[in-house]
Amino acid sequence: MPQELHYLRESASQTAGPYVHIGLAPGAAGFDIYREELGRDIAGPNAKGQRIRVEGLVIDGTGSPVKDVLLEVWQPNANGHYAHPEGGGPVEDGFRGWGRVITDFDSGEWGFDTVKPGPVPGRNGSVQAPHLNLWIVARGINIGLNTRMYFPDEADANAADPVINLIEWEKRRATLIARQSEDRDGVPVYRFDIRLQGDDETVFFDI
Amino acid sequence: MKPAEYHQRDRSLHPPALTPKYKTSVARSPRWPMISLENTISEITGPRFGHADIDPIDNDLIRNYAKTGDPVGERIIVHGRVLDENARPVPNTLVEIWQANAGGRYRHKKDTYLAPIDPNFGGCGRTLSDENGQYAFRTIKPGAYPWRNRVNNWRPAHIHVSVFGSGFLQRLITQLYFEGDPLIAHCPIVHAIPDRDAVQQLTAKLDLNATIPLDSIAYKFDIVLRGRRSTLFENRLEGN
Repeated sequence: MPQELHYLRESASQTAGPYVHIGLAPGAAGFDIYREELGRDIAGPNAKGQRIRVEGLVIDGTGSPVKDVLLEVWQPNANGHYAHPEGGGPVEDGFRGWGRVITDFDSGEWGFDTVKPGPVPGRNGSVQAPHLNLWIVARGINIGLNTRMYFPDEADANAADPVINLIEWEKRRATLIARQSEDRDGVPVYRFDIRLQGDDETVFFDI
Repeated sequence: MKPAEYHQRDRSLHPPALTPKYKTSVARSPRWPMISLENTISEITGPRFGHADIDPIDNDLIRNYAKTGDPVGERIIVHGRVLDENARPVPNTLVEIWQANAGGRYRHKKDTYLAPIDPNFGGCGRTLSDENGQYAFRTIKPGAYPWRNRVNNWRPAHIHVSVFGSGFLQRLITQLYFEGDPLIAHCPIVHAIPDRDAVQQLTAKLDLNATIPLDSIAYKFDIVLRGRRSTLFENRLEGN
């Protein structure tokens, strides 16, 4: 018998279920329990760069909005630094770069305010275009879905982005690029609808 | 020195997106294969949390929402370690849980099950693992409850668990089940997991050594997150 490797196995994922809000956003479940819910303020008050708003829907295979989804966003600051020891450099005081957002129970709309991220290093000396990393969980989603949102006003950077260019089908690349909406109170608004199935199924990543 | 990459996720032990016996997955499961990414800075970094983010009482579900007394139900301790695939502890990582009360009812505006809300039970908690990866919660054993899938489906008693690790690619939500629960064998959500050993790994074990006599029964539940490579010849994230 060959030697054992002695690795542990990752715990298996299970759906976050319909009541994910109790644990991760109890105010939305209808009660107040924690001093502070986490993930409400992504960029903090001192973040430099362009303030933006991002909004969208998660749409299921029937074309209906998913109304019980929870999204998390992970992003660098305007200089392309993540708030992490391996994040590439310092960030502003109060910048966490992580947020948690749930959908409106009636409409399925979600949205958050942040700053536009800067480009970050890719592999082998490449540069990744500015992007938001998104993670989506909900009832009926057995394992969290990872995707990225890129910006429509970064066409040159997007064209050179090493991750976008991994996607063989050019028409599918467009599923990762937000649409520019009307500015609101002087703040640019980006629209990013995520399609779980169908002709325009969003590209998801095994990261 | 460049940071080491993480082990690939072993998708064979996780539930696939489409599991038709869990009906809700059918319309919510992507059909195209995922695009596999090698690690970049966007995946190996992730949010970090500290003691300023949470309060000490947050891990005591018997007390963190108590209004007029203790909640009804079987008092339990759930404890264990957050480890990585290399069996190293994952310290200072945020662990969040949520669950139904002893009657199987969630404190949620969308839950309409006929079992009553417990006025003294919120049903959520959070804590940071310590420097050895240890974490602990005190709570009430959740009840089983029916759910709309087929007309006679019941969820085994379970606690939802959310964990971060140190990189966003380690992000994980799972569920804790209890040793000996006969409903585990009948649950379409459990059965979405294709690997029997992986189900066993989500089943907390009665831990008499950690039980507090005349007070609370303990269950042990270790959580394993993805680990990083440690070979001499690792790939580099950057460079030529």
